[in-house]
Amino acid sequence: MRILVCVKRVPLTGGKMVLTADEQALETRHLGFTISPHEECGVEEAVRLVEHHGGEITVLTLGPPEAEEQIRETLAIGADRGILLADGGEEWDPQATAAAIVTTIETEQAAGGEFDLIVFGNESADSGNYQVGIRVAHALSRPVVTGLKGLSVEDGRARCEQEVAGGRDVYVVPLPAVVTVLEGINLPRYPSVPAKLRARQKPVERISPERPSARLEKLRLVVPPGQGKQAEILGQGPDAAPAVVEVMRELGVA
Amino acid sequence: MGDSGLPATARAVLIGAGIVGNSLVQPLARLGWSDLVLIDKGPLPNPGGSTGHASNFIYPVDHSREMTELTLDSMAQYEQLGVRTECGGLEVARTEERMEELRRRMSSAASWGVEPVSLVTPAEVKELVPYIDESVIVGGFYCPTVSVVDSLRAGTLMREAAQESGALTVSANTEVLGIDVEHGRVTRVRTTRGDIEAEVVVICCGVWSPRLARMAGASIPLTPAVHQMIDIGPVPRFAGAKSAIEHPIVRDMDTNMYERQDGSGLEVGSYAHRPILHDPEDIPSIEESALSPTELPFTEDDFVQQMEHALELMPEIVGDESVGIKYAINGLLSLTPDGLPVLGETPEVKGLWSAAAVWVKEGPGVGRALAEWMVEGEPEIDLQASDVARFHEHQKSVAHVRARASEMFNKTYGIVHPGEQWASSRDVRLSPFNERERELGAVFYEAAGWERPHWYESNRPLLEEFEVTERETEWDSRWWSPIINAEHLAMRDRAAIFDLTAFCVFDVVGPGALESVQRVSMRQMDAKVGKVVYTPVLTARGGFRSDLTIMRLGDERFRVVTGGAHGMADLKWFADHLVEDGTAQIFDLTSTWCTLGLWGPRARDILASTTSDDLSHEGFPFATCRTIEMGPLRVLASRISYVGDLGWELYVPIEQGARLWDMVWEAGEPHGIVPAGIGVYGTTGRLEKCYRAFGFELDGEYDVVEAGMAWGKVKDQDFVGKEAHVRHREADPATVMCTLTVDDHVSSSGQRRYMLGGEPIQTRDGAPLTDAKGRRSFVTSAGAGPSVGKHLLMSYLPPEYANVGEELAVLYMNELFPVTVAVAGSTPLFDPDNQRVKATGAVAA
Repeated sequence: MRILVCVKRVPLTGGKMVLTADEQALETRHLGFTISPHEECGVEEAVRLVEHHGGEITVLTLGPPEAEEQIRETLAIGADRGILLADGGEEWDPQATAAAIVTTIETEQAAGGEFDLIVFGNESADSGNYQVGIRVAHALSRPVVTGLKGLSVEDGRARCEQEVAGGRDVYVVPLPAVVTVLEGINLPRYPSVPAKLRARQKPVERISPERPSARLEKLRLVVPPGQGKQAEILGQGPDAAPAVVEVMRELGVA
Repeated sequence: MGDSGLPATARAVLIGAGIVGNSLVQPLARLGWSDLVLIDKGPLPNPGGSTGHASNFIYPVDHSREMTELTLDSMAQYEQLGVRTECGGLEVARTEERMEELRRRMSSAASWGVEPVSLVTPAEVKELVPYIDESVIVGGFYCPTVSVVDSLRAGTLMREAAQESGALTVSANTEVLGIDVEHGRVTRVRTTRGDIEAEVVVICCGVWSPRLARMAGASIPLTPAVHQMIDIGPVPRFAGAKSAIEHPIVRDMDTNMYERQDGSGLEVGSYAHRPILHDPEDIPSIEESALSPTELPFTEDDFVQQMEHALELMPEIVGDESVGIKYAINGLLSLTPDGLPVLGETPEVKGLWSAAAVWVKEGPGVGRALAEWMVEGEPEIDLQASDVARFHEHQKSVAHVRARASEMFNKTYGIVHPGEQWASSRDVRLSPFNERERELGAVFYEAAGWERPHWYESNRPLLEEFEVTERETEWDSRWWSPIINAEHLAMRDRAAIFDLTAFCVFDVVGPGALESVQRVSMRQMDAKVGKVVYTPVLTARGGFRSDLTIMRLGDERFRVVTGGAHGMADLKWFADHLVEDGTAQIFDLTSTWCTLGLWGPRARDILASTTSDDLSHEGFPFATCRTIEMGPLRVLASRISYVGDLGWELYVPIEQGARLWDMVWEAGEPHGIVPAGIGVYGTTGRLEKCYRAFGFELDGEYDVVEAGMAWGKVKDQDFVGKEAHVRHREADPATVMCTLTVDDHVSSSGQRRYMLGGEPIQTRDGAPLTDAKGRRSFVTSAGAGPSVGKHLLMSYLPPEYANVGEELAVLYMNELFPVTVAVAGSTPLFDPDNQRVKATGAVAA
């Protein structure tokens, strides 16, 4: 199988969000970066498919030069090669992003044959536009199934599972196809040390696409109220036990 | 008590509930401080500081005695708390150079009494750590008492014990907004939960400490620095692990890394990456942090080589494809410009104490010692090397702290020579003689920021004249030159000039000056104007706080001259003991005066040719000072000697220094004068005369009688440590300061070896010597005695061994070399009657 996984470099937040003074971006001075959790699962899913069916995984990202770090993360999980579309330090809207990805896919396919499966996260962890996967599928005239919690491939068809209230919707689509996956479809593996070291040797191609004029304008960011860590002290010592049990019941783990 | 639950007043407020703050509260309570408040801006038990992500392992052996003592005490305290697991630890060597360092480790272990320890072969390492690839290493150092502790649990237990005793109020999630100071004394801590009036405030909040100190106008020179670590797992071999640590920890010294089992995982930590320093003002808040403020995002590019090194050493685990990297951080810890903690009352603000740059391994020991210092005025373990008052102004600058911390970081597991010099932050303080010295090819060593000639390459021809030879091994001759010995012999033969500008100089003046200096000086200060008095300065327990000279320049003016290294601490000590009525003041004149030393049998002739003042023995007796005129210069001349020859210290204002140098130099040339460095002044000249040095022979853990310096009668006036000193005089000393000579330098491999200091003195059979107070005998100073033709070692010896002619041994590089006691006590080995210093002869016509 030939699989393409698209990922995005996003800040690794865990605490209170702080904006830059101009309110145009997150203050990332103290933050690390990662790929969106949905995409992390997308990479893992691709690796599992290739482990089962054989094939090759290409990982593509549009982002700053530092996004190579995120490509290397996926290469350590088991992807084979990376393509970094350098964004020139500017933000690209979903249409522009999808267009650049489509152009790259067409070039890649002309050179190395069709991608059987193109995998996206359902939405990015930062801007959350929910669009790029669908736009790419549309442009390539391929079937797309979104929000997957289960995926398998058999006889040239993909079996795609969505979680719905009370059960699962199952779609079977012919390959080549586009899917967008959700966190929870699998539990991504941790990379081993040898895999990390191998990842540093794998090829990453850099391309600088032209940025089309933006059609979506960002005015400013606003941090919604109630962000940040919230801790409630349930009690001290053994006296706290009943309250803890109550919380566990509410969560459905006890 | 206010609504917030915080008391309105407290004896002491401790800021920071990491290992240090928690370790302080119990001993403070035990010593009688019953209203303590411990606050932290984070939640408990893990408020988010460096303790929370510490690796928590303890290797007791260190080349520093102070750090080893604190570590051993900490281990005992962790043991008492039931949070110590002894797993053993190895330091493995990949190179022969490192093996030599591990042999040196054997000496330090024996000197400080850490036992058992052993050198092990690669096969023995493999037996202890079966998952290691022993083909990568050439050997190791094994210490079975290496331990892992639960520092968070220990902190909780200590804190709760103090709370239960009623002595402590704890307030988490409480941020300090300000520290108020009035008339130089701390008065109040302002917090988000209200204000607390306090006599004493302790800053023990690790990487944030500089920020808190600045709130009070004080300085705690440290920088947050990154230490990277990853945790990999699950490791199949550790699948059945019943506790967090069941295998010895491995320090892969040559790669600056360690590997330790952590439950089912393996933690790999590194000090090998580039120094990554942070600004204490710019650490993320708890709310903003993804993990904690001191667990920053991992920068993998800095860890690539470390992964390769770990893979080489432990391929079975690290090379296992099923073992994943589960956790990786850039952890913040505190680094100081000299690698030592920052402890004690700040010199800027009375009542404001620092307990910073302390790691888990020494936390409880520091807590106990600092509590003793705070309550009783003096700790049992001497903390003077870590005194916050030690820093000179330039050493508090951010640039200096960062430069030295960067340099230090990669030496965390480094092979650091005892004489090793800093490469960064140099040329900060230059004496007026500097230009002349450069012309003469001076090799500069740094002391307190001053560039001091250690020897002069221009003296190389003296090697032939005095038939001085090189040392055979690179290690023994590193940071050393045979020229030092040649300069020494030229001084003894003719005369030498020394740049002593690095001295700290301060004047105590005013009607209360005499009483003020009396209080801190063991010797009689009510001397005639023009007297120079060498005096020990004692701690309350009668140990050494310092030793220095004081010139009486007037009825109400005393000039204190002391070493640069501890001069700032001395300045604080004297300032702290000024008379309370305000009739004495102290002025730091270090940057006002430069000092040129002139010693040797020709010194009087040389100096006499520059002045018409009377320099005869009768006209200018030993231990006196007065102003003489040398051409247009009015020079304060002080006739004393630390090298055992006739001569003077000459003081002029710094801008006249170059002129002074030139005058002495020109006058000396017909007499064959040479420039000589601190190698002679601090080591060879001093050792031949058995003169003790503060920080080497003299510190808070030894008293005047033991040091053999209790000559004369005890003065009538009161002084700090008098009671203890009188008691010490009445009893037999538990140990005696001795000078030993090395009988045979040849090692088993046929090389001549020269000890450098710190090595244990043992019996000829290799048994350690321990005195009645449990102190081991070790070499306090080592160096050549060119005029006596021997390599000299100073060491305290139990009285039964302190006999001239006693045959003992020194353990150097894990090999015993025979030594003999040459002097027991303070009688000089060279010129025992001090004929040269006295030099009564008349000035040559």
